[in-house]
Formats: sequence, C-alpha cells, structure tokens
Amino acid sequence: MNKRDFLKQSILFIPAAGLMQTLARVAAGEDMATAAATSGDYDASQHWYGMGIDVDKCIGCNRCVEACKTENNVPQEPFFFRTWIERYSIHADGEVTVECVSTQPPRGEETPQVDPDVVRSFFVPKLCNQCANPPCVQVCPVGATFQTKDGVVLVDEKRCIGCRYCIQACPYGARYLNPETKTADKCTFCYHRVTEGLQPACVEVCPTQARIFGDFKSEASRLVRFERVNEISVLKPDMNTAPKVRYAKLDGEVR
Amino acid sequence: MKIPEQITRLGMLLAGVLAAVLLLRFVILPADMFSAAPHQAAKAVREMAKPVHYAGMPACRECHADIYDTKSAGGHRYMGCENCHGAAAAHASDPATGNPPLPSEREFCYACHAFDPSRPNGFPQIEPTEHRAGKKCIRCHDPHDPVPPSAPSDCSGCHGVIAKTKATSSHATVECAACHEVPEQHFTSPRAALPTKPAGRESCGQCHGSDATDSGAPRVDLASHGDSYQCWQCHYPHAPEMTR
Ligand code: HEC
Ligand code: HEC
Ligand code: HEC
Ligand code: HEC
Ligand code: HEC
Ligand code: HEC
Ligand code: HEC
Ligand code: HEC
Repeated sequence: MNKRDFLKQSILFIPAAGLMQTLARVAAGEDMATAAATSGDYDASQHWYGMGIDVDKCIGCNRCVEACKTENNVPQEPFFFRTWIERYSIHADGEVTVECVSTQPPRGEETPQVDPDVVRSFFVPKLCNQCANPPCVQVCPVGATFQTKDGVVLVDEKRCIGCRYCIQACPYGARYLNPETKTADKCTFCYHRVTEGLQPACVEVCPTQARIFGDFKSEASRLVRFERVNEISVLKPDMNTAPKVRYAKLDGEVR
Repeated sequence: MKIPEQITRLGMLLAGVLAAVLLLRFVILPADMFSAAPHQAAKAVREMAKPVHYAGMPACRECHADIYDTKSAGGHRYMGCENCHGAAAAHASDPATGNPPLPSEREFCYACHAFDPSRPNGFPQIEPTEHRAGKKCIRCHDPHDPVPPSAPSDCSGCHGVIAKTKATSSHATVECAACHEVPEQHFTSPRAALPTKPAGRESCGQCHGSDATDSGAPRVDLASHGDSYQCWQCHYPHAPEMTR
C-alpha cells in the first residue's frame, strides 16, 4: 500500500466509524427504548424480594412444582426443576435419607407405611435462594447471570454460552441446563408475575401457606412479619451467600 | 545510532493504528457498548413481558365472588382456585375462551389427603382404600367448603403417624383419652381448642406407680425411677419402648 492509498482509506474510515457508532447506538438504544416502554412505572430499586418457607406447613403435595413448570415452561421430565420438594427421613441410628418427591406418577390409592425405624420425617421445599451474594454471578464468564436491582438473579439466555460453570458453582443445586435452549435456567421468583404485583406461581397454589412471598423493603409485608415471629434459618449459612429464601422451623439435618 | 527508515515508518503506522483503536474504543463507540447493563436491562424487560398463566385468586373473585366467599370460610380457605382448576389466566381475561376443568375424581384429592407419614402433625388425611371407597369425594365434601358431613370421631384422621405408631407399641391398648383430654371443638376447628397433655409424672403413675390399680402395666417406683425428669423425656409416650 502506498501513501496515497493509505490516506484515501483513512478518509473512508471516518464516515465508516460514524456509521458504526450510529449502529452501536441503535443496538443499545433499542434495548433501552423497549426497557422504558414495557417496564412502565415499575421501579426495581424500590423492591428487595424474598420468600419465607414454613417447613412445618409443607404437606408435600407438589402443586408448587407443577405450577412452576406450567408457568415457566420448564420441561416436564422429572429431572428439570426450578423448585422441588425433598422428603427428609431421620432414622433411629442417626442416618438421614433424602429423596426428591416425584411428580410422576400421581399419587394413587396406596399409602406409604409408617417405618418404625424413622424417628421423624418431613418435607422441605427447595428453590433458587436468590442470594444477595450469588456465587453463580461471580463465576459467569460472559456476564449472562446477573442480579437485578430488586435482588432477583436472572440468566440472559441470549448471552449464556451454556458452559455450566454456574450450575457447578450453585451450592443449592438450583440450576439446570435447559435441554431446549441449551442455556442455564433457574427460578426467577416469577419475575414477570411479581413485577405485576402477582404472587409467584408456587406461592399462588400453595394450599397451606407454607410459602410466603414478599418485599423486604415494605414494612407491612407478610415476609417481614414472618421474619419477626419465627426463628429464621437459611440453607448453608457458612457459604456466605446471604440467601433471600428464609426458612422457619428448619431441621438442622437439612442441607 | 540512526534508526533505520523502515523501522520509523513501521513505528508510525503502529502508532496510527493504536490511536485509531483507542479513538474508536473510548470516543466514537458509546460506553454502553462495553457494559453489560443494557443487555441486562433488556433481559429484565424480556422476563417481565413473559405471559402469565396463573391469574391469581383475586382475579377469579371478580366474577365468582359467591364461590370465593364460600371458600374463604372453610378448610380450603388458603388454597388458590387454580390449585384445583389449573392455570386459568386465559379464562379470567375472556371467559368465552372456555371453562377450566372441574376435577371431580377421587384421585384428584389424594395428592394432598392420602395418608403420608411425612405430612405435618394435625393435617387431615384418609386411607383412600378405606375412606368411603368407590364414592366421589365431592358427593359428601363440597370442594369449596369441605367440612365433613359429620364430625370425625377418630384421632387417626389427623394424627395418623401417632395413631399408627401407638397401634404397634406396648401402649396399643391404652386409649388416647387416658392421657389427653380432648374438647369437642378440637374435631371441628382443631387449632382453636387444643387437647391437654399430661402435666406430670403422676399421669403415668396412675398405671405405672407402685400403688396403681391397672393390672397389666409394669410398675416402677415413681419416687426414684428416672430421677426427677418427666417420664416422656426418656420414653416416647406413643411407643414407650424401654430405653437403655
Ligand atoms: C370475567 C369474569 C370471569 C373471571 C375473571 C373468571 N371467570 Fe370463571 N367463569 C366465568 C363465566 C362467565 C363462566 C361460565 C359459566 C357457565 O358456563 O355457566 C365461568 C366458568 C368457570 C368454571 C366452570 C364452571 C362449569 O360449570 O364448568 C370454572 C371452574 C371457573 N369459571 C373458574 C374460574 C377461575 C379459577 C377463575 C380465576 C382464574 C375464573 N373462573 C375467573 C367468568 C369468569
Ligand atoms: C379443592 C379444590 C378446589 C378449589 C380450591 C376450588 N375449586 Fe372450584 N370446583 C372444584 C371441584 C372438584 C368442582 C366440581 C364440583 C362439582 O362437580 O360438583 C368445582 C366447581 C367449580 C365451579 C362450577 C360449579 C359451581 O359450583 O358453580 C366453579 C365456577 C368453580 N369451581 C370456581 C372456583 C373458584 C372461583 C375457586 C376459587 C375461589 C375455586 N373454584 C376453588 C374444586 C375446587
Ligand atoms: C392442594 C392440596 C389439597 C387438595 C388437592 C385438596 N385439599 Fe382438602 N385440604 C387441604 C388443606 C391445606 C386443608 C386444611 C387443613 C388444615 O386445616 O390443617 C384441607 C382440608 C380438607 C378437609 C377438612 C376440612 C375441615 O373443615 O375440617 C376435607 C374434608 C378436605 N380437605 C377434603 C378435600 C377433598 C374432598 C378434596 C378433593 C376435591 C380436597 N380436599 C383436595 C388441601 C387440599
Ligand atoms: C359418603 C360420604 C363421604 C365420601 C364419599 C368421602 N368422605 Fe371424607 N369424610 C366423610 C365423613 C363423614 C367424615 C368425618 C370423619 C369420618 O367419619 O371418617 C370425613 C372426613 C374426611 C376428612 C377429615 C379427616 C378425618 O378423618 O378426620 C378428610 C380429609 C376427608 N374426609 C377427605 C375425603 C376425600 C379425599 C374423599 C374422596 C377420596 C372423601 N373424603 C370421600 C364423608 C365422606
Ligand atoms: C380434624 C383434625 C384433628 C382431629 C380429628 C384431631 N386432632 Fe389433635 N390436632 C389437630 C391439629 C391441627 C393440631 C395442632 C397441630 C400443630 O399445630 O402442631 C392438633 C394438636 C393436638 C395435640 C397437641 C396439643 C398441643 O398442645 O400441642 C394433641 C395432644 C392432640 N391434637 C390430640 C388429639 C387427640 C387425642 C385426638 C382424638 C381424640 C385428636 N387430636 C383429633 C387436628 C386434629
Ligand atoms: C400414655 C399416654 C399417652 C397416650 C395413650 C397418648 N398420648 Fe399423645 N402425648 C402424650 C404425652 C406425654 C405427650 C407430650 C410429649 C412431649 O411433650 O414430649 C403427648 C403429645 C401428643 C401430641 C403432640 C405432638 C407430639 O408428637 O408430641 C399429639 C398430637 C398427641 N399426643 C396425640 C395423641 C393421639 C392422637 C393419641 C392416641 C392415638 C395419643 N396422643 C395417645 C401422652 C400420650
Ligand atoms: C392407662 C394406663 C397407662 C398409662 C396412663 C400409661 N401406661 Fe405405660 N403401659 C401401660 C400398659 C398396660 C403397659 C404394658 C403393656 C404390655 O406389657 O403389653 C405399659 C407399658 C409401658 C412401658 C414398658 C414398655 C415395654 O416395652 O415393656 C413403658 C416404658 C411405659 N408404659 C411408659 C409409660 C409412660 C411414660 C406413661 C406416661 C406418659 C405411661 N406409660 C402411661 C399402661 C399405661
Ligand atoms: C432418665 C430416663 C427415664 C425417666 C425420666 C423415666 N424412665 Fe422409665 N425407664 C428408663 C430406663 C432406662 C428403663 C429400662 C431399665 C430399667 O428398668 O431401669 C425404664 C423402664 C421403665 C419401665 C419398664 C419397667 C419394667 O420393669 O418393665 C416402665 C414401666 C417405666 N420405665 C415407666 C416410667 C415412668 C412411669 C416414668 C415417669 C414416672 C419413667 N419411666 C421415667 C428410663 C427412664
């Protein structure tokens, strides 16, 4: 390339860069414009969502699991869950067994026997703990997993590259790789519902109010009352994840 | 030493390219392009725009206020309508799109009411093969207010694990009433009227004390046996096996 050609192309470069700038603005601006249009007057910074779970009230009916799958198009196979129920059985010799309560097949006429060897058994609802200090966000190499201002951890399926680091990093096993999109997926606290003032689907169908949803920033919320009247624990407190899913009457054996 | 001409030119070219890149990165292209914030905001918006399938109980109340009111007074008061009728947002926004299903089969109620030892103490449960077998549940229980046609007379419906445990223990023959005084109201609104629990060692002593009249029960010396602890701190009263 001689000097003349170089200069000619430099001159071309300036309008080309201008064009790129415009394109970049459009790409970013489009997102921002839709953001402004659809979110309406919802102000995420005014909320800080959480869930309270009263273990003593869970009857293990699995309605929450089914409703979650319906509401969020979670694959029906019994190994993809955004929320699930575990049955804990504490045996006389101290052994603890845990099984995931199956949604398939539905419960029939047969009823389980009382095992004299089991000292105590109960159900524990599990879901993404929506940590205030989420390990999954830290490990994501492409920034696809992030926390919104209202404290909900979301996965941008357009950015996710399906590397599964977050699935490994989650101490609660709350994430799975969606077989259809091949991206990481998990509970969103039903973000599309709660930002409209509805309850998450699992809370909506819970027959015993074992699940309570609320806003830590609203003082007269059931969640704040729940925290006040119960002895609250979180799962794996030693991980310093600061979960926003709070448990009442949680047995020490639950991990 | 003189720097060779070609090195100087190469140097100038590289400097020019570097300047162009820096100009592009920091001046021409918007800072947003290198931040995750716009993508994340866009994702939040896409998430918010997802369709709602469960309309929520307040929506149903608008047109089915009568059923809502019936339900709010009965045992199913905390249950959302869509727990039984399935996701019905489409119906709630336009009833002409079709009616939600009516789950009238027996099997439908089993998910919550078939006996399961892990369910919490006091939750009403049945043995599906024994409880009015073959008849639809809704013949006797209005699903919107499932109060039984006659009050239960047996403790096992709500304390199944305790009743079944006791039935195979050495206290099988001892009635619940020997240790608990149960007010009538406990059968209809159990939490509003709780039964009594034994207050002290004498309660067990009526059968197990050395001066007791009950013939079948093994005797212990109330004054010394088990120090001053309550008997049920060592023996589970519903299955009082001997501990070592
Ligand atoms: C806009 C008013 C409206 C709302 C809101 C509404 N419904 Fe309905 N619903 C109707 C009408 C009208 C019918 C038809 C009644 C008929 O066929 O006799 C109906 C019928 C039904 C039926 C079937 C009755 C039958 O005999 O088959 C069920 C079940 C039902 N609704 C449940 C719900 C639930 C659950 C919700 C809340 C998610 C809801 N409805 C919200 C108006 C409404
Ligand atoms: C425990 C499950 C359950 C819940 C909760 C429930 N339903 Fe029903 N519902 C039924 C069943 C079962 C039937 C069918 C009754 C029959 O066939 O006689 C029914 C019938 C109906 C019908 C049509 C028959 C009638 O009685 O008019 C409507 C409308 C209805 N339900 C609306 C509602 C609404 C609204 C709610 C919430 C306020 C609700 N249901 C909550 C189980 C339930
Ligand atoms: C999703 C779970 C669920 C389903 C399904 C369900 N129930 Fe219930 N049922 C409950 C709960 C929760 C209570 C309240 C228990 C309590 O007060 O502790 C209850 C209470 C009852 C009671 C006792 C009410 C009283 O006043 O003492 C009866 C009877 C009953 N249900 C019958 C039925 C019948 C019949 C069906 C099927 C149409 C049904 N239930 C379906 C959860 C359910
Ligand atoms: C023929 C009428 C009839 C039918 C059918 C019937 N029940 Fe009952 N149910 C009763 C009566 C009466 C009681 C009061 C306790 C008793 O007598 O067992 C009762 C009590 C209950 C209780 C309270 C628990 C207890 O024993 O205290 C539940 C839960 C219950 N029924 C659920 C169901 C379910 C679920 C079905 C269907 C699988 C059903 N019932 C079918 C009449 C009926
Ligand atoms: C209709 C359901 C039902 C029936 C029938 C029933 N209970 Fe209960 N019972 C409950 C509930 C609900 C509780 C409260 C459980 C809780 O909050 O942990 C309870 C609690 C109790 C308690 C504990 C009280 C306390 O202070 O903790 C005793 C003891 C008890 N019941 C004994 C009985 C006996 C004995 C019978 C039979 C004569 C009986 N119950 C029949 C539902 C029932
Ligand atoms: C031999 C006396 C005795 C008999 C018989 C007995 N109980 Fe109890 N029960 C107790 C004592 C003592 C407690 C208190 C235990 C404690 O506080 O640790 C208790 C506690 C309870 C509780 C509270 C929850 C729990 O597990 O501690 C319930 C519910 C209960 N009994 C139900 C029943 C029922 C139902 C029957 C009949 C099937 C029955 N009991 C028979 C002595 C008895
Ligand atoms: C109504 C009388 C009665 C009362 C009250 C009673 N028991 Fe008993 N208990 C018996 C009888 C009868 C047996 C022996 C049954 C047998 O040997 O078959 C027995 C057996 C026992 C045994 C021996 C078990 C074994 O394996 O040999 C223990 C321990 C026991 N009871 C503890 C208690 C305690 C603790 C209480 C108070 C919470 C209590 N009982 C209240 C009647 C009673
Ligand atoms: C500190 C724990 C403890 C306490 C408290 C306690 N027991 Fe025992 N009990 C035992 C042990 C251990 C045995 C078996 C060894 C023995 O016979 O001493 C036993 C045995 C028994 C037996 C069987 C005796 C036989 O000969 O078969 C009865 C009945 C009994 N206890 C009743 C009671 C009663 C009633 C009370 C309350 C007054 C009570 N226990 C309090 C620990 C305790």
